[in-house]
Amino acid sequence: MADLTRADVAHLAGLARIDLSDAELDRMVGELGVILEAVATVQQAPIADVEPMSHPMPIVNVTRPDVVRPSLSPQDALAAAPETEQQRFSVPRILDEE
Amino acid sequence: MSTATEPVLGFDEALATYDPVMGLEVHVELGTATKMFCGCPTEFGAEPNTQTCPVCLGLPGALPVVNEKAVESAIRIGLALNCSIAPWCRFARKNYFYPDMPKNFQTSQYDEPIAFEGYLDVELDDGSTYRVEIERAHMEEDTGKSLHVGGSTGRIHGATHSLVDYNRAGIPLVEIVTKPMLGAGERAPEVAKAYVATLRDLLKALEVSDVKMEQGSMRCDVNLSLMPKGSAVLGTRTETKNVNSLRSVERAVRYEIGRHAAVLSGGGSITQETRHWHEDTGITTSGRPKSDADDYRYFPEPDLVPVAPAAETVEALRATLPEPPAERRRRLQTTWGYSDLEMRDVMNAGLVELVEETVAAGASPAAARKWWSGEIARRANTEGEDVPTYAERLGVTPAHVVELEGLVTAGRLNDSMARQAWEGVLDGEGTPTAVADARGLELVQDTGALEAAVDAVIAANPDVADKIRDGKVQAVGALIGQVMREMKGQADAGVARTIILERLGQA
Repeated sequence: MADLTRADVAHLAGLARIDLSDAELDRMVGELGVILEAVATVQQAPIADVEPMSHPMPIVNVTRPDVVRPSLSPQDALAAAPETEQQRFSVPRILDEE
Repeated sequence: MSTATEPVLGFDEALATYDPVMGLEVHVELGTATKMFCGCPTEFGAEPNTQTCPVCLGLPGALPVVNEKAVESAIRIGLALNCSIAPWCRFARKNYFYPDMPKNFQTSQYDEPIAFEGYLDVELDDGSTYRVEIERAHMEEDTGKSLHVGGSTGRIHGATHSLVDYNRAGIPLVEIVTKPMLGAGERAPEVAKAYVATLRDLLKALEVSDVKMEQGSMRCDVNLSLMPKGSAVLGTRTETKNVNSLRSVERAVRYEIGRHAAVLSGGGSITQETRHWHEDTGITTSGRPKSDADDYRYFPEPDLVPVAPAAETVEALRATLPEPPAERRRRLQTTWGYSDLEMRDVMNAGLVELVEETVAAGASPAAARKWWSGEIARRANTEGEDVPTYAERLGVTPAHVVELEGLVTAGRLNDSMARQAWEGVLDGEGTPTAVADARGLELVQDTGALEAAVDAVIAANPDVADKIRDGKVQAVGALIGQVMREMKGQADAGVARTIILERLGQA
C-alpha cells in the first residue's frame, strides 16, 4: 500500500468535516500510517482461492412484507438529540453546500 | 457559493460550434406503504419526526430488512425500461458526513445495480423517436429534510443552524441513470423534457410511484457537457441538481448549454461541479465541487444480505407490466379515430383516462373529447387544476357526458343548448337532463312554428332566396342564422336547413 500523505489526511478530514490544525495533520499522518501498516498485515492472507464475502451467512433475499409497524413517538425519536427545535433535530450550521 | 450572473452564449450560436451531451439522473420515490429498510410509514406531509424508528434514525444496533415490495417495484421498473435484471446484487454504503442522513451513510447500490443496460424510446413533437439508453436503475433510500434557520431566504447561505426532519429518510428510491445522450443537437432541451415526461408516464402506468414532481416524489438531475462539433471527446460536465418540473428540465438544459458555450468559447474551462437550479430566474449557480466516487468510500452493506431474484420471479413480474404508454396511445388513437393533433391535445390536457372511461360508459369518442376539452378545461385552467382533478372535485362524471350526448342524438337539444346544459352541470345544477328541464332547454318539435319562421325569413330576404333558387346553396347559412334567432335558438338548425332548401326548390 502506498504511504499515506499529508494531502490524503487533509482530504479525509474535509470529507469528515473535521477541522485539523497543521500540527494535528502532521500527527495524524504518522498515527494513521501506523494503523494502516498494522492492518495491511491482512493483505498477506492467502486468498487466491477464496471467494470475496460481504456477509458471513450464505443466504439471500431476506425481506419483509410492506406492512406498517409503529414508529417511535417524536419525543422518543428526539430524546437523544443534544438540541431540538420545532420537533426537529437541531444541527450546527452546514457549510455552504446543499 | 457564487450567485453572480454568468455570461451565456445565445442558443443558436452555441449549437453552431458545440454538440451537447446530456445525462439524466431521475430519482423516483416508490409508493410503498413503508420505508426501504424498516416498517415506518411513508406518508407525505406528516408532522416532523413522527415516522422514524431506530433503523431509519441510524441508532446503534438497529438492523435493516429490505422491503419486498420495493424490490419488486425496482425490478418492474427495470423490466419496463428494457433492462437486464441482476440475478444477484448487493446494497452498498455510500459514506458522507451530512446531517440529512443520521447514519452518516446512505444505503444505496454501487457497482451491482438491480437493473442495467436498457433503453426508453421517446417520441418527440414531430413524431420522430429518440432512443435513450439506460445505464442502470438501482435501489436506494431517500434522505431527511433540512430546514435552514437564520438565513434570509430559508436557503443554506447565511443560515445559523439547520433543523432536520427524518420522516423522509429511508423512503425507497429508485435512481434511473441514462448513458450519455449524444446527437440530439439543438433538440437537446426537447429530448430531455420528453424523456422525463415519457419516464413519468411509464412509472405512472406501472403504479410504482405517484410521480409528483412538485412534491418531490420524482426528481431530476441534469448532467451536461459540450464537445466541439466533430469531436468525439466528451467535455467536462456539470450536474444541475433538483430540476423538478418538465419545463425546468428543458430550461436548465438550454441555460447550461449557453453557459458552457460562453466559458469554452472564451478560452476557459468548465469546472466539474454540482449546480443549483433557480426556478424563479431560470439560471444555475455554482454548488460544491463534485465528489469523486472514491470520496464516498462505497463498500458492500454488511447488515443486508444479497438480493437474488429467481428467474421465475422476474418473469412473473414481467407478466404484470402494463401496456407501454406509447403503444397504448397509438391503440387508443386508432380506436377513437382522432387526428394526431386531437390526440396530442387530449394527452397534453391529461384527458386520456377520462376520455377512455367516457367512451367505455357509452359516449362517442368525438363527444368525449369535445365535452372534456371545452368549457370545463377553461374553468379548470382558471382554478389552476387539471381537468380530471377539477371534474372529480365538482362531481362531474363520464355518465354526465354520456347523458348529454344522448339528449343531443335524441333530438331534444341542439349544440348550443347542449353547451348551456353542460355549463349548468358545471355550475352544480345537476345532471344534463335536470339542467335542461330547469332551464327549459328543449328543441321546438313543432315544425309548424319552424316553418312559419322560415317563411318569414325568406320573405324578408328575397335577394338571398333568389340566389339559393339559382343554385347558390351555400348562401343558406345566412338564412339559417336568422331562423335560429327567430326561434330563440330553440330549433334544430339541421331541420331548419332542410325546410329552407325545400321551400326554395333545392331539396
